[in-house]
Amino acid sequence: MASPPPTVVAAPGVVVPAAAPERFEGQWGTIWRNLTRNPPALAGLYTIILLFIIAAGADFLANNKPYYMVYQGRNYFPLIRSGLVRFGLAKWQPELLNMDFKKVNAGRKVFPPIPHLASDIDLSAPFDSPSAEHWLGTDKLGRDVLAGLIHGSRISLSIGFVAVGIALVVGVALGALAGYFGSWVDLLISRVFEVMLTIPTFFLLIAIAAIFPPSIFLTMAIIGFTSWVGMARFTRSEFFKIRSLDYVTAALALGVSTRKIMFRHILPNALAPVLVSVVLGVAGAILTESSLSFLGIGVPLEAVTWGSILNEARSATFAWWLAVFPGAAIFITVLSYYLVGEGLRDALDPRLRGTR
Amino acid sequence: MIPTFIGITLLSFIIVHNAPGDPAELMAGGGLAAAGGAGISLQKRGAVDQALAEWRALYGLDKPLHVQYLIWLKNLARLDLGSSFKDSRSVWEKIRERLPVTMKLEFFSLLLVYAVALPLGVFSATHRNSIGDHVTTLAAFVLFAVPVIWAATMALVFICGGDFLYLFPPGGMTSIDYSLDWPLWERIKDQIWHLFLPVVLLSYAGFAGLSRYMRSSMLEVLRQDYVQVARAKGLAERVVVFKHAVRNSLIPQVTILAELLPGLIGGSVIIETVFSIPGMGQLGYEAFLARDYPVVLALLTITAVLTLIGILLSDILLAAVDPRIAFGRRAE
Repeated sequence: MASPPPTVVAAPGVVVPAAAPERFEGQWGTIWRNLTRNPPALAGLYTIILLFIIAAGADFLANNKPYYMVYQGRNYFPLIRSGLVRFGLAKWQPELLNMDFKKVNAGRKVFPPIPHLASDIDLSAPFDSPSAEHWLGTDKLGRDVLAGLIHGSRISLSIGFVAVGIALVVGVALGALAGYFGSWVDLLISRVFEVMLTIPTFFLLIAIAAIFPPSIFLTMAIIGFTSWVGMARFTRSEFFKIRSLDYVTAALALGVSTRKIMFRHILPNALAPVLVSVVLGVAGAILTESSLSFLGIGVPLEAVTWGSILNEARSATFAWWLAVFPGAAIFITVLSYYLVGEGLRDALDPRLRGTR
Repeated sequence: MIPTFIGITLLSFIIVHNAPGDPAELMAGGGLAAAGGAGISLQKRGAVDQALAEWRALYGLDKPLHVQYLIWLKNLARLDLGSSFKDSRSVWEKIRERLPVTMKLEFFSLLLVYAVALPLGVFSATHRNSIGDHVTTLAAFVLFAVPVIWAATMALVFICGGDFLYLFPPGGMTSIDYSLDWPLWERIKDQIWHLFLPVVLLSYAGFAGLSRYMRSSMLEVLRQDYVQVARAKGLAERVVVFKHAVRNSLIPQVTILAELLPGLIGGSVIIETVFSIPGMGQLGYEAFLARDYPVVLALLTITAVLTLIGILLSDILLAAVDPRIAFGRRAE
């Protein structure tokens, strides 16, 4: 929509203040500006971005196939080809089939910085302490810990996001219904909140995860379905507040449909406070997932996750590297989300700064 | 409370009973279950099926789900939680062995949470923006983010007699040679030595979180007019803080008690598994893996009841610290 040029007609004698060409930044703009002025929150945000880059590039950071290789006078790009093969876009060259790239006698090999996969078993090197070959040591099957951490970041980060996505949908839907309609709907849904709050969620989670066959998707789903209460309560109280504002009454008077009022008019204004619990929820989901895989439930046995590597330290207390590094990875991730969450809380209401 | 209780038990019941994996086959032992799947003769297959059906009938698993639930509720009213699928012992008896252990852990953890968090919060608030405040606030924030699985494993590796220090025992509730013949002091010392790490690990997140709550609620109270009035009257700062401000800032902390409990119970599963403490968490973990429905259900119910009691307790405490809240009686 083209906006007409602003015309300012000044009455004689009235001083018109120099019109600052200020752009209306909106609610989210303010939040973003406040957030980026908060160094700890920014540090957390950068760390999370870095973690996502690591997770996305895991195959290029830690892989047992070289980027580039000269073999019998010809150039090969095994890592890229392995990706193409996985998506069915190419086939392996017959001479490279089943090749052990580490041992093969080739003219020139350029490996990724960590030349191992998380699942590479090397029974000749169990419990190797950190060395030039294995930067963060190996576990009881000789699997490289750093490679495990890099590839495990995918599971942690994706579980955080999917679980919180589920929780957000369930929580916002129930919270919106309770807050908008009030009366018996609210009463009923609030009862459900109460049950979910009283139930020892982690206990229930272990029960479900232990009873059903282990799968990452199930873990995501049950974490999501047991962690929506916080978001639902925030949404409910926001809807309560906003429902009685004049602009909603105006919309009602204009005959706007209930659905449109809820989703178009109230929801966007109710989401900001929920955002804090979303960010903290991601941290919670990552913690829960790693606790579950630490107990050996939730994810398949052969999957290498931060929690499962940490679990190995319990039965091999001499291998300190199995305790230090995976735990540190969980800690740094969780701390980063907490920093961003805290920053968001301050950004939403700068008056709160320093009171928490 | 009653609807909440019904809701919780119903939810647990439905989840537990809809789980894949038939306890009858698990019960029947690997051999029979494997035989049931493998290509054995039809005749034998029939015998296997009959045995499984009989077993299901014995435990009432052949009835429709809602009937099973009602039977379970009826038995619960008589405190009969059924008997374990695993060793046929009464569930009530099994839990009675484990409950004191977990209660002990949880009680001392709660005690520690409040004993550390409240003074720390008051200190932070009264010394706002001092170095001490910044250090405690930062420490609490970082501590809150330390995953308990990491802290527990690090403790196990570095200070529980691995290749490093041997400051605390790697597990159990008592020493191997512990006996009631020991002098009382020795017994208490042994208990403290064993309980110290689990209790600290179970509660550090709690006191880190709670001290931040306490600080903010204390700051809020200190800003209020009546605190100014108290100061203007010439009361000593000590009296203003401890007699006037702390009491009011305690009110929100009491309600948090109810929210701390489910977390503690969840944490006890991890701590009890890592330090092989024979408590309810460990019992639950083993029962979950063995699909021991009666035990799983009983544990979910008991933990829910404990949490409900916690909520009730915090309501009562709330009335005690906040005279404005009365339960109906003094309504006039």
